[in-house]
Amino acid sequence: MGVRKSGRTLLAPRRSVLRGAAVMAVAAAGALPAWAQGVKGKLKVAAVYTVPVEQQWVSRIHTALKAAEARGDIEYVWAESIANTDYERVMRQYAEGGQQLVFGEAFAVERAARAVAKDYPKTAFVLGSSFKPQEPNFSVFDNYIQEPAYLTGMIAGGMTKSNIIGMVGGYPIPEVNRLMNAFMDGAKEVNPKVKFLVSFIGSWFDPPKAKEAAFAMIDRGADVMYAERFGVSDAAKERKILAIGNVINTQPQYPDTVVASALWHMEPTVDRAIAAVKAGTYKAEDYGPYSRMAYKGSSLAPLGTFESKVPAELKAKVKAREQEILAGKFAVKVNDAEPKSTM
Amino acid sequence: MDIVASLLDILVSAAFWTAVLRIATPYVLGTLGELICERAGVLNLGIEGIMTLGAMAGWMTVYQGGGLWAGVLAAAACGALLGLLHAALTVPLGLSQHVTGIGVTLLGTSLSYFVYRLVLPQASTPPTIVPFQPLPLPGALAQTPLTYVALAMVAAIAYVLYRTPVGLAVRMVGENPAAAEAQGLNVTALRIGAVMAGSALMALAGAFLTLSAFNAFFFNMVNGRGWICIALVVFASWRPGKALVGALLFAVFDALQLRLQQMTGGVLPYQVFLMMPYLLSILALVLVARRASYPRALMIPYRKGER
Repeated sequence: MGVRKSGRTLLAPRRSVLRGAAVMAVAAAGALPAWAQGVKGKLKVAAVYTVPVEQQWVSRIHTALKAAEARGDIEYVWAESIANTDYERVMRQYAEGGQQLVFGEAFAVERAARAVAKDYPKTAFVLGSSFKPQEPNFSVFDNYIQEPAYLTGMIAGGMTKSNIIGMVGGYPIPEVNRLMNAFMDGAKEVNPKVKFLVSFIGSWFDPPKAKEAAFAMIDRGADVMYAERFGVSDAAKERKILAIGNVINTQPQYPDTVVASALWHMEPTVDRAIAAVKAGTYKAEDYGPYSRMAYKGSSLAPLGTFESKVPAELKAKVKAREQEILAGKFAVKVNDAEPKSTM
Repeated sequence: MDIVASLLDILVSAAFWTAVLRIATPYVLGTLGELICERAGVLNLGIEGIMTLGAMAGWMTVYQGGGLWAGVLAAAACGALLGLLHAALTVPLGLSQHVTGIGVTLLGTSLSYFVYRLVLPQASTPPTIVPFQPLPLPGALAQTPLTYVALAMVAAIAYVLYRTPVGLAVRMVGENPAAAEAQGLNVTALRIGAVMAGSALMALAGAFLTLSAFNAFFFNMVNGRGWICIALVVFASWRPGKALVGALLFAVFDALQLRLQQMTGGVLPYQVFLMMPYLLSILALVLVARRASYPRALMIPYRKGER
């Protein structure tokens, strides 16, 4: 009895809080959310990352936001290495703190992140997600960089002498699979004889293990490695074979190893969202297309140190495909299925 | 039949055994470290955090201009310090060894990243160092020096534990601290010393990851290797020689799954292969642990004069 009673007394203040909130909501109903009425001066932008900002994927968002900050467009705050279990709290904290635009990655916290967006309709959310946007304020983006991945695949297919290409991934999630599949399609286009070795290490951050997986492939004859994880290019460098970079350009670190990289640029996405909130035209939207080559959201990195080492004929083929993609005449297939070894 | 033939091909290749020794090294060092702690009666669940701190401290020392061996020493010293913290809480104060150990793990991992970020606030691609290079030896012997340190440690620790007075004393405080006390031994000092020495070895296991296996520090790179070491100690029945066997066995399974996964990738889901080393280890543990004789005073705090 006593317990139930105390439960009831506990409920009372919560009810009055709710009632208070309702009154406030009614009072505020006349005012439009920030993203619907435009913002003068610097926009307050926050980002919530589940991994350190060095991580390739997240670093692209961070870099784009840092650039916007340097231009004086935004005030930028960020939290890194946030556990998925803590993600919702940090989102709420930023929303409560008056951040007008929040970037992040919703992959492992879809439901919670979407609930937060509902609770804070005055804040604009732009999160990495494999799903659809949610009205009125939850936009999505993703690394749709299958086009340059296809082009790097063509280069890999043309550069391999053993006709065996090794691919080491973290987990076979759509974000990884679609790039691997596009890469494989590209390699097969220029070299139908090419075979693939595929393995996943079950971790995003275990470079020693990624390196071991790469060594195992090189022992089986792979002479070009698709470096989806840190550690793979290191194995390729040690064994003096070639590697293809992904998301970021790693050629400066491995000048004699990394032939080409498929780059992701978050600037078009980030700048578009910032401009929309500032202008008061922001709405829930799929920002995915802005990671495409046509919007400069992705690109094939310059061949750099390999400019003279890649055969001219191959370079011409890649160049032609690149032009076709940019002109909208060639569509790279988006295939999110798990890639498998073909030998 | 095809699979059997390729399996044999893998097992006789030198490259496979090179990989096995390389993968086994952190497990050998970590298991020996845990073994010393437990032999003295203290369970050290701080291992995962101590390995992370060792990985960071060793790497950071080299990155700041120190030599590779200076990095190894710095890692060991940092490990010993965290060990001292664990021992101070669990030995004289007699706190729960489980809770304290988990606390040390949380502290070690967070502290590592905190220090890393303080020193390197500019986030970019993780900076690298020039790590230990494999020695110019034929076949599977072409390993980095730390692998040989690990192998030498197995012999050294077996010798110290079973052939020297200090080894006898360490084993005694783990079996029957009251009897050790009656012999005039200082149980508290022996246990603290053993935990510090064991933790230094765990830190070396972490340092191997950043100074030999790879050349940069990542927040999560220890990735559960410490927990495997805890299980390997049981597998080894608290004996250094068997610890080496256990670590090698786990490494064989891991090196094998990496190769089998790409070979028959289309047949079985990749997760099955990732599970393989763990499943086989559990199986081995079940078979071996029945006969394991654990240190009698493991996890029992010693209070002077208590009956």
